[in-house]
Amino acid sequence: MRMLRRLLLRLGQAIPVILVVAVLAFFLMHLLPGDPAAVIAGPEAGAEAVERIRRQLGLDRSIPEQLLVWLWHLAQGDFGTSIIHNQSVLQALADRMPVTASLTLVAFAMTIPIGIVLGVAAAKFRNTWVDSAVMLMALIGVSVPGFWIAILSVILFSVTLGWLPASGYVPLSEGVWPWLRALIQPAAMLALFQIGFLARMARSATLDVLDQDYIRTARAKGVSEWRTIAKHAFRNTLIPVVTTTGIILSLLMGGSVVIEQVFAMPGVGRLIVQAILTRDYPMVQGTLLALAFLFVAINLMVDIVYTWVDPRVRYD
Amino acid sequence: MTTPLLAVRDLTVQFRTDAGWLTAVENVGFELGAQETLGIVGESGSGKSVTALSLLGLHAASTTRLPTGSIDYAGQNLLKLPERAMRRIRGGEIAMIFQDPMSSLNPVLTVADQISETVMLHQGLDRAAARKRAVGLLDMVRIADAAHRVDAYPHQLSGGMRQRVMIAIAIACRPKLLIADEPTTALDVTIQAQILDLLRELQAELGMSVILISHDLGVIAEFARRVMVMYAGRVVEAAPSRALFRQPMHPYTSGLLAAIPPLDHDVTRLSTIAGSIPDPARRIPGCRFSPRCAEVEAACRETAPDLVTVGAGHLARCPPRLHRMAAP
Ligand SMILES: Nc1ncnc2c1ncn2[C@@H]1O[C@H](COP(=O)(O)OP(=O)(O)OP(=O)(O)O)[C@@H](O)[C@H]1O
Ligand SMILES: [Mg+2]
Repeated sequence: MRMLRRLLLRLGQAIPVILVVAVLAFFLMHLLPGDPAAVIAGPEAGAEAVERIRRQLGLDRSIPEQLLVWLWHLAQGDFGTSIIHNQSVLQALADRMPVTASLTLVAFAMTIPIGIVLGVAAAKFRNTWVDSAVMLMALIGVSVPGFWIAILSVILFSVTLGWLPASGYVPLSEGVWPWLRALIQPAAMLALFQIGFLARMARSATLDVLDQDYIRTARAKGVSEWRTIAKHAFRNTLIPVVTTTGIILSLLMGGSVVIEQVFAMPGVGRLIVQAILTRDYPMVQGTLLALAFLFVAINLMVDIVYTWVDPRVRYD
Repeated sequence: MTTPLLAVRDLTVQFRTDAGWLTAVENVGFELGAQETLGIVGESGSGKSVTALSLLGLHAASTTRLPTGSIDYAGQNLLKLPERAMRRIRGGEIAMIFQDPMSSLNPVLTVADQISETVMLHQGLDRAAARKRAVGLLDMVRIADAAHRVDAYPHQLSGGMRQRVMIAIAIACRPKLLIADEPTTALDVTIQAQILDLLRELQAELGMSVILISHDLGVIAEFARRVMVMYAGRVVEAAPSRALFRQPMHPYTSGLLAAIPPLDHDVTRLSTIAGSIPDPARRIPGCRFSPRCAEVEAACRETAPDLVTVGAGHLARCPPRLHRMAAP
C-alpha cells in the first residue's frame, strides 16, 4: 500500500518535469535566430514556400496561442509531424526505437553483471592483484574514448578476423543470433565506459558494507565467507548501486547516439542527427521530448526497484 | 577445579598499522568454568574487544599477525583450528553479542531470516522449522507478540528490542559460552537493567558460561563472580568480584571503583582517573599505568611488574601495593 502511494507520489512529481521539458522543447523553435519558418525552409526557398511552412507549423499565431496548441496536441499524444518526410514523429520514433532500445539494453545487460561482479570481486580481494587488475581495467574503460576503441575493435574483429559485422543492424525478427551478432560490438563499446564506472562504484559500496557491524555479526554466527558476501553484503551493496543504474541506463541511451553514427545503425540517434542536419525542427522537438519521457520512465522504474531492495524505504 | 571450559594463555594480538605492528593485547590469560561468569572491565581501548574477538577468530587475517598463545576450548586450541572447524564453533558453541544493536543487525533481512540462518546452519533445520524456532526464541528473550514481530525488519524495532533479537540469535543454538561485548552501553539505563536481567535468566536457564565485557565496574560487579581488569592491552588485576571490591590490589582498579556512581546518595562530581589510556603505538617503559598513577614509585617507571598472586584466586600487577599490604 505504502509502495503504491510512493509510486503515485513519484508519478505526481514527474508531471512538472515533463511540463518543463515540453515548454523548453517548444521554445527551441523560437530560439532560432531570425524567422523560424525561413530558417526551416532554407536559403533557396521563395516567399510563398516560407509562408506555407509558417501556416503549416502554426507560426502565424501568437506565441501563447502556439504554446497552448503544442501542449494540447501533446496531451492528445500528438508529438508533431516531420516536415521532410511527412511522417508523424511518433511513427518515425517507432521505426527507429527498436534499434536504439536493442543497443541500449544489450549494453545494459553487459554493464550491470560485469560491473557489479568486478566491483564486488575487487572489494573482496582488496589490495591484491585482483583489485589492481579490476581498477586498471576500470580506469581504461572510463578514460579511453569509446569511438577510438570502437574503431580499433572494428579493425580487429571485423576487418582482420571477420568475426563480426563492421556496421549495420539486423532486426530481432530475423533471428536472435544475427541480431546479437550485429549488436555485440557496438554494445560492448557503449558498455565499456559504464562498466568502469559501475565497477568503481560497486567496489566502494562493497568496501563500505564489509566494514559494517552486521557483517561481523554474520561471521560471528558461523556464516562462511562467501555466503557473508553473497547474502549479507550484496543486498546492502545493491542499495547505492541501484540508484546509479538509472543514471547508467540514461547515459547508455545518450551514448548510443554516438555509437549509432560509428556503426551506421538506423536508430533514434541517427534520426535526431539527420533531423538537425535537414532542419526538421518538429522532428527534433518531438524526439527530444519523447526521450525526456523515457528518462523520466527509467527513473520511475529505478525507484520501484530501489523500494524493493531497501526495506527501510518500503515501510516508512 | 576440573578442566575449565575455556583456558586462555598468553594471548597476544598484533595489528598492522601505518606506524608498524601495534600490540593491542599482550599475554592475556584467564580460565572460565562451565556455567561461570567472567567480567572483563577496562577503559575504552584497553583491549577487551580484541580479546573477545580472538576467541572467535574474528580478526581480519590481512591486518592481524597470527595471535600467539593458546585458547583451549573443549580440548582443542582454537588458535590452531582450521577455518571450517572454527565456523562450527562460531554461533554454535561460542556466540557473541555486540555493543551497538542499531548496526549489528542486517538492515535488509527480517528478524526471522537472521535468527533462522543460525539454526539452519548449525542444526540443519529446514526453513519452516527454523522459523518456528525463531518465534520461540523471540518468546524466550521476552519480545511480546513474537509471531508477528518475527517478520519485522530491524529498523522497525527499538534499540532494546534489537539487542533482544541479537541475544536470540546468539542463544539460538544453545551455545556453551556467550560473549557479551558491552551489550548495554548503547541503551538507556532502564533498558540496560532489563537486558542484564534477561542475560542472567537465560544463563541460568541454558546453563551457559558468560563473558561480560563492560567499562562499568558497577555493571560487572552485579553480574560476574569473577572480574578481570585490563589496562593498555594487559591484565592488571583479576579476582573474585567480592575480593576485588573489598581489597583492590591495583591503583587502576581503585580508580575504576571510585568512578562507580553510588546508589544511595546523590553526588555532584564523580571521581575519574586523571589522564587517558596511552596510545598503543607508544612504548611505555615499566608499568603502563605509571604515567597516570597517584601511587607511582621510581621503580614503577623502570621495570614492568609481573602479574602475581596476592590472595586466593587474586592476581595483581602492582608490587608497591602488595608491599604496603604485607607490611602494615
Ligand atoms: N583491527 C584493528 N586494527 C588496528 N588496531 C586495532 C584493531 N582493532 C583494535 N585495535 C586497537 O586495539 C586497541 C584495543 O581495542 P579494543 O577494541 O579491544 O578496545 P576496547 O577495550 O574494546 O575498548 P572499547 O571500550 O572502546 O570497546 C585499540 O587501541 C584499538 O585502536
Ligand atoms: Mg570494545
